[in-house]
Amino acid sequence: MIDLARSTNQETFVMNLGPQHPATHGVLRVKLTMDGEYIVNAEPVLGYVHRMHEKMGENRTWAQFMPNTGRLDYLGALSYNHGYVKVVEQAMGIEVPERAEYLRVITVELNRIASHLLWFGAFVLDLGGFTPLLYAFDDREHILDLLESVTGSRLTFCYFRFGGLYNDIDDNFVTGTRAFIKRLRKRLPDYHNLVTKNIILIKRLKGVGVLPAEMCRKYGATGPVLRGSGVQYDVRKNEPYSVYPELDFDVPVYAEGDSMARYMVRMDEIEQCMRIVEQALDKLPEGPVMAEKVPKILKPAPGDYYGAVEAARGSFGVRIVSDGTNTPYRLKLRSPTFSNLSLYGEASRGMLLADALALMGSLDLVIPEIDR
Amino acid sequence: MLSELIKEFAALEPLAIIETDYNVKGYHLDVEVGPEQVVTAAELLDRLGFFLEAISGVDWLGKTPVGNQPETVTADEPAEEGGEESEAGAEAESKEAPGDKFEVVYDYNRTDGELCRVVVRCRLDRDEPEIPTISGIIPGADWHERETHDFFGIVFTGHPDLSPLLLPEDADFHPLRKDFKA
Repeated sequence: MIDLARSTNQETFVMNLGPQHPATHGVLRVKLTMDGEYIVNAEPVLGYVHRMHEKMGENRTWAQFMPNTGRLDYLGALSYNHGYVKVVEQAMGIEVPERAEYLRVITVELNRIASHLLWFGAFVLDLGGFTPLLYAFDDREHILDLLESVTGSRLTFCYFRFGGLYNDIDDNFVTGTRAFIKRLRKRLPDYHNLVTKNIILIKRLKGVGVLPAEMCRKYGATGPVLRGSGVQYDVRKNEPYSVYPELDFDVPVYAEGDSMARYMVRMDEIEQCMRIVEQALDKLPEGPVMAEKVPKILKPAPGDYYGAVEAARGSFGVRIVSDGTNTPYRLKLRSPTFSNLSLYGEASRGMLLADALALMGSLDLVIPEIDR
Repeated sequence: MLSELIKEFAALEPLAIIETDYNVKGYHLDVEVGPEQVVTAAELLDRLGFFLEAISGVDWLGKTPVGNQPETVTADEPAEEGGEESEAGAEAESKEAPGDKFEVVYDYNRTDGELCRVVVRCRLDRDEPEIPTISGIIPGADWHERETHDFFGIVFTGHPDLSPLLLPEDADFHPLRKDFKA
């Protein structure tokens, strides 16, 4: 790493990365102050896809906000559905049938695999490898087809309801999911042979973009970013919700804190997701997928409530404030990548531009979820 | 963890400390402090290994804040709104126009040890919404404070850069204020 103190007051220049740049995966602009190839300062500029979801929440009913939750993180939308219904059910004391909870877990985990697969393809694309993207999209397509058959949509899901689900699954979904898992189990070794063991990838990622655990804590980073820095924190384990306590799965943790560690965490998570889905399918109980006594008009008792779930990118939290009426008084969305990206300025200081792009890719950014 | 934390907080003499029902509220401890204490509270939680999940603002224009009212109070009163109004009325008599409030809520959490979610809240006068920044202690608060400034116009004194983060760079409005009309 270059000694930046030496080069201060020497010639630096400002460069814009984005807002339209393939490596930022959406409209994110980063204002870079460069000293040659080295970054002196990086300032992410947000807000290009800001839609003010929190204000929208204040002028529609609790149920009407549901579709908005599918439009934050378009790669892992079901987790966001889950976070929102979880906190409202908690505030209202709504009991969810067990079958619905299992189906929530199955679909959320499938969605997580899809999200990680897309990240995998796009990340390697950032690093200059085009082919893996096609492999990843091929596999991801199967998940989207499966989810489409039960939820009715492919990306912006609105599948969960307060007290259950919109739709039950059929036998085709079960056989299709089992077949897909079998297929992906065969494909993952290919991914590792093609990409993980690739010497170029290793050289680009190993020891690059190290995020110490303390930095992650100071910035509130969660999810694979935090677990890649050696911290065993996963909302599904630390704050058990739904039927996760009844399922046996591991939380992959890598202590190195470099981009390679974050890469490995997500690749291992795909395997754990498959374990969860298989077990949940085995244990899936019969019964209704919707609670019987859910009031048509929801009026949570006045007060504020907080609920968090583990989304594909980290801890997604919803803080609701109710004044006892049928519309939220305040609805705060705590998105994981907002916090994960906020450490970028400090973490990228003194890095080579190409390495900083690898670091950005390893954070797994979804811009609409940051901007909300 | 929780009892230790309550002891540490009690030493700060906050306006209120309430142990909450996690299964309903989603957090364990609710601490209300004055604006001069948010930095001390942040230092305390940072020292104990907590991290900041989020900062959210709430505009209580024309309303009595209900955030941390003990659950029994709201449950026991069927005529909820009437109760609130009379309460506000009584306050107005004694203090002469209590004035509307902004609320800033800090959500803290920890990654190790026993699960413990802590909410620190602070109420500000709506006419003069100023509160010291905690970004010097917790750098992650920087963006959260900027966002809260965008949406509510709450000024975090000592913050390095309060220029709009999510809103357009020339935005002179604060959309989450209850009197904001699009």
